[in-house]
Amino acid sequence: MSKGRFGVHGGQYIPETLMNAVIELEEAYDHYKNDASFNQELEELFNNYANRPSLLYYAEHMTKDLGGAKVYLKREDLNHTGAHKINNVLGQCLLAKKMGKTRVIAETGAGQHGVATATVAALMGLECEVYMGAVDCERQALNVYRMKLLGAKVHPVHSGTSTLKDAVSETMREWTNRISDTHYVLGSVMGPHPFPTIVRDFQAVISKEAREQHLKAEGRLPDAVIACVGGGSNAIGSFYHFIPDKEVKLIGCEAAGRGIDTAETAATISTGRLGIFHGMKSYFCQDEYGQIAPVYSISAGLDYPGVGPEHADLYDSGRAEYVPVTDDEAVDAFEYLSRTEGVIPAIESAHAVAYALKLVPTMSKDQSVIITVSGRGDKDVAAIARYRGEDIHE
Amino acid sequence: MSNRIQDVFKNKKAFIPFITCGDPDLNTTMEIVLAMEEAGADLIELGIPFSDPTAEGPVIQEANIRALSGGVTTDKIFEMVVKLREKTQIPMVFMTYANVVYSYGSDKFLKKAKEIGMDGIILPDVPFEEKSEFSAICKENDLSFISLIAPTSEDRIEMIAKEAEGFVYCVSSLGVTGMRSVITTDIGAMVELVKKAKDIPCAVGFGISTPEQAAEMSKKSDGVIIGSAIVKLIAEHGKDSVPYVSDFVRSIREAIDPA
Repeated sequence: MSKGRFGVHGGQYIPETLMNAVIELEEAYDHYKNDASFNQELEELFNNYANRPSLLYYAEHMTKDLGGAKVYLKREDLNHTGAHKINNVLGQCLLAKKMGKTRVIAETGAGQHGVATATVAALMGLECEVYMGAVDCERQALNVYRMKLLGAKVHPVHSGTSTLKDAVSETMREWTNRISDTHYVLGSVMGPHPFPTIVRDFQAVISKEAREQHLKAEGRLPDAVIACVGGGSNAIGSFYHFIPDKEVKLIGCEAAGRGIDTAETAATISTGRLGIFHGMKSYFCQDEYGQIAPVYSISAGLDYPGVGPEHADLYDSGRAEYVPVTDDEAVDAFEYLSRTEGVIPAIESAHAVAYALKLVPTMSKDQSVIITVSGRGDKDVAAIARYRGEDIHE
Repeated sequence: MSNRIQDVFKNKKAFIPFITCGDPDLNTTMEIVLAMEEAGADLIELGIPFSDPTAEGPVIQEANIRALSGGVTTDKIFEMVVKLREKTQIPMVFMTYANVVYSYGSDKFLKKAKEIGMDGIILPDVPFEEKSEFSAICKENDLSFISLIAPTSEDRIEMIAKEAEGFVYCVSSLGVTGMRSVITTDIGAMVELVKKAKDIPCAVGFGISTPEQAAEMSKKSDGVIIGSAIVKLIAEHGKDSVPYVSDFVRSIREAIDPA
């Protein structure tokens, strides 16, 4: 069995052309992850550039309204660039610089990871090219312009379903084309080893902070941690330091689109099965012959037919549970959090909020939950308006 | 292990064309295979289409989409191979992606491949580190699991070559499949490193599209693999592509045979 396994999942299913590149990355990461000055530099960037630590905010109105467990929001939306994506990008770009790379490439779904990569590339003086599905370019036109403003080149991807999976494929293809000066800043806990581990480690700052913050606020651990899952980077970051705390329930919310009993869904764990794609063994939405399914979600960031290998393993072991949340539920939650707490969440994060709306009222008042608000919802306002029948365009 | 693949490289340079099964339809695929054999091909790479072929350039990506939208499936391709084997004994290997095999059930897929008369398999997204879950089953079924080496392989070549079977697929260029005007990799040096580790034929693929390139590459190796240039002809001429592919294959055959 090869390296980078989470149970049976993970591995390195990539063309031979890329093998030395991922080996070089693994060696560099193994060196720098224990390097004091690297970690100090990264912490400096986290705190003084990205606005960490992010708040653990007690959502008092929501708590009262739902009448069950206390609700805390882990406010990754308050990070610079408006989402958790910057945590991973700062880590990977710093690593890329140390490796002597001068150019970074990235895929993006909703545009949040692309914006974060373009931002950090601007900060660190790296050349940056972002691959984004043509459909997503349309859904998130402002983010496309934002990336250009930051000096990045954006390539719309027209292959396949023109969404996130195609953007990943195209970025992988581009990496095989130009390796020596280029680092692929993968945006989620997916792809070949060592990416799922590297991205998880950089995102684990979310649960490291949240665990301490919750202990300080409540004198105990939360009863549940809830996060949305596409590839799964904010969720694994939110779960990681709670994994040994068996009494804390870990709940990943998948995008069910129009429902898991329809073909228009992206809920991988609910509807997928074991497969090999994008460098990893994990669960994928696919047909009986292994053709990857054209998935759908209102959320461009969760519109992915697979899930990171560590999530697949947490599911197998029963340590985490994964629940489907529909477009309708997510849009309701988007509006609810805006109205109730004055926090407009990303439509991705609204999937986690939506499940909390069902779970929290069933819990008792001496219990508490943490919902990770992985990003802010400004980018989604026009799309939600259209979903509600308003004629608003960006 | 002895199968038909080894004979391909005996006393001559081998020409290995690739086509995507079911593009534009399986009947045309059969006709093209037979025509390519007649025009001088030595071994056929039959591509089983995959929805997201990450090692392919645009030409073969589009062929995959055409084939899948035409309703081709792995089982229909197996049936086509059965019919082909009634007419030809030319060596054939499948070229597809890990998930197509894994999702079918690797055991079931590879056993079936042997039964219907295939000689080997190429999986471009299965590198040395991951090959055992497939190559062990190939061995049980007397199929060659073809290994690839790339311009970036360097210190990995020896390790890969030592466990290689059938032939070594030498990837000529960085990037994905597709036609290139110039190939800059030192193929001669790559082949030499392989031969130092194991006496096994080396065929060069990725980027070759003209008789001149084929002639040059065949001088430095044991054979050439051409995909995109043929798939492009099929894209242009569809069901009428047989004579165009035939002429092209013949031109490559003539270019690589000693004058």
